[in-house]
Amino acid sequence: MSHYTRTQSQQHPTQRQFNPYTENGGTILAIAGADFSVIAGDTRQSEGYSIQTRYAPKVFKLTDKAVLAVNGFAADGNMFVKKVKQRLEWYRHAHSKDMPLRSIARLIQTMLYAQRFFPYYVYNILGGIEEDGTGAVYSFDPVGSYEREACRAAGSAQSLVQPFLDNQIYFKNQTPVLGTSHPTHLPLRHVVQLVIDSFTSATERHIEVGDGVELYIILARGRGTQGLDSFKDVQELTPHAEGERLFVLRRELKKD
Amino acid sequence: MDHFPTNWGKPRDEAVDVYSTYPLHSRPRNQVDTFAEGVQHTQQPIVTGTSVLAIKYKDGVMMAADTLASYGSLARFKDISRLHPVGDYTVIGAGGDMSDFQHIQGILDDLIVEEFNEADGNALGPSEIFEVMSQVMYARRSKFNPLWNSLLIGGFKDGKSFLAYVDLLGTTYQSPSIATGYGAYIAIPLLRKVVDGREKDVTEEQARHILEECMKVLYYRDARSLNKYQIAKITKDGIEITDGLSSKTEWAFAESIRGYGAQNQ
Repeated sequence: MSHYTRTQSQQHPTQRQFNPYTENGGTILAIAGADFSVIAGDTRQSEGYSIQTRYAPKVFKLTDKAVLAVNGFAADGNMFVKKVKQRLEWYRHAHSKDMPLRSIARLIQTMLYAQRFFPYYVYNILGGIEEDGTGAVYSFDPVGSYEREACRAAGSAQSLVQPFLDNQIYFKNQTPVLGTSHPTHLPLRHVVQLVIDSFTSATERHIEVGDGVELYIILARGRGTQGLDSFKDVQELTPHAEGERLFVLRRELKKD
Repeated sequence: MDHFPTNWGKPRDEAVDVYSTYPLHSRPRNQVDTFAEGVQHTQQPIVTGTSVLAIKYKDGVMMAADTLASYGSLARFKDISRLHPVGDYTVIGAGGDMSDFQHIQGILDDLIVEEFNEADGNALGPSEIFEVMSQVMYARRSKFNPLWNSLLIGGFKDGKSFLAYVDLLGTTYQSPSIATGYGAYIAIPLLRKVVDGREKDVTEEQARHILEECMKVLYYRDARSLNKYQIAKITKDGIEITDGLSSKTEWAFAESIRGYGAQNQ
């Protein structure tokens, strides 16, 4: 086929490549309970050693029973959340109801894998309440591999937070007192405390984590607010008490 | 696929030539393949502007940038305005490639005209301009053909201040004080000390003073800067952009510096 020799200009070009990605730091975390789910992220956005802003949300409300945390390349993250929200709106118009959590999880995997050869450089954690009323956490890698878990940390302080969670949630390397066993689900108050402690500790030891933390707490239908009452400044985002209820809790973190 | 039948070769049987490729033997062959080197995209900025600074204050937003467009280390164009008004409520300030910035000015000016022609009583505010610019910048980076700029978008509309950043990667954020380029290292610590948490209290005089101070420090330390800059102010009264200002500088200390370059002692 190629019956002519390549001229100078037809040689393969050498290209200096423009790098379309950067890393904007921060950490996200989610824990599922028996009838609740907690999704959290710090609010610092950085590039290199510079803090770009002290308040850039990484956790987003999708529906009354689903919250998505995104971490990695902020521009991709914002675009991804925008597109997921758009797909959920279309679903709402088509079916007159919110998409179930496990379907949102599958939607996210499809949307991520669609970009397999130019990926969204983003780690996603989806938290919420399943249709059976249980708390759930789904975690994803940038190209869409996902699984349902009880807890997951991602982002720059993942390596600091996840071992702590393995120990405190899954009781790894802990032996129960003889004749007793570890609880399978932790109470809400305890989980919220663990999440806040995780972020204060990550702030101490990781330079890209700090400024503030936002916790989204989703309660299953019919569950009371027990475990949440002891915290100050909890703001409810759902307009009425029937159905799942969604709350935000904001705490300052060290800014250095 | 070669779409030139004459390139398909002579028919086996010269009596039957359904494509009549024979005796046409002048075969079109592109001597130079235009796309052999790939489509050329901006791989690096050429004529560049340095830092842009901006802060929120009591009455609105104030923004500063010098008027230099450098060609590498050459101070090539010394009177280029890097602060550009968009509509009646927004100013956009740019660092990075100045030809890309002038292309952006064209996009935005067209956008304002299109919006004016709707004559629906709506005007684009700073948050809308920012949304457009963030989508344009992200779309261009996703096509591997970025607009090589760091942009600050500041404005005041409906009693609210707005200040945001967007760059060649489509990265965005909002903050009470933002600086691009060298300003992010040198001016931000000075600006945050004065502004952050006090946006509602900082007066126009204080705002102007801290920006002038930062522009002076940048002139001392940033080798790609110029002691001629503009300050834009966006308030309820609209947009005001100054002519070229300059800082009072003090160089007497340079006499006593020893250890760099030639000296007679």
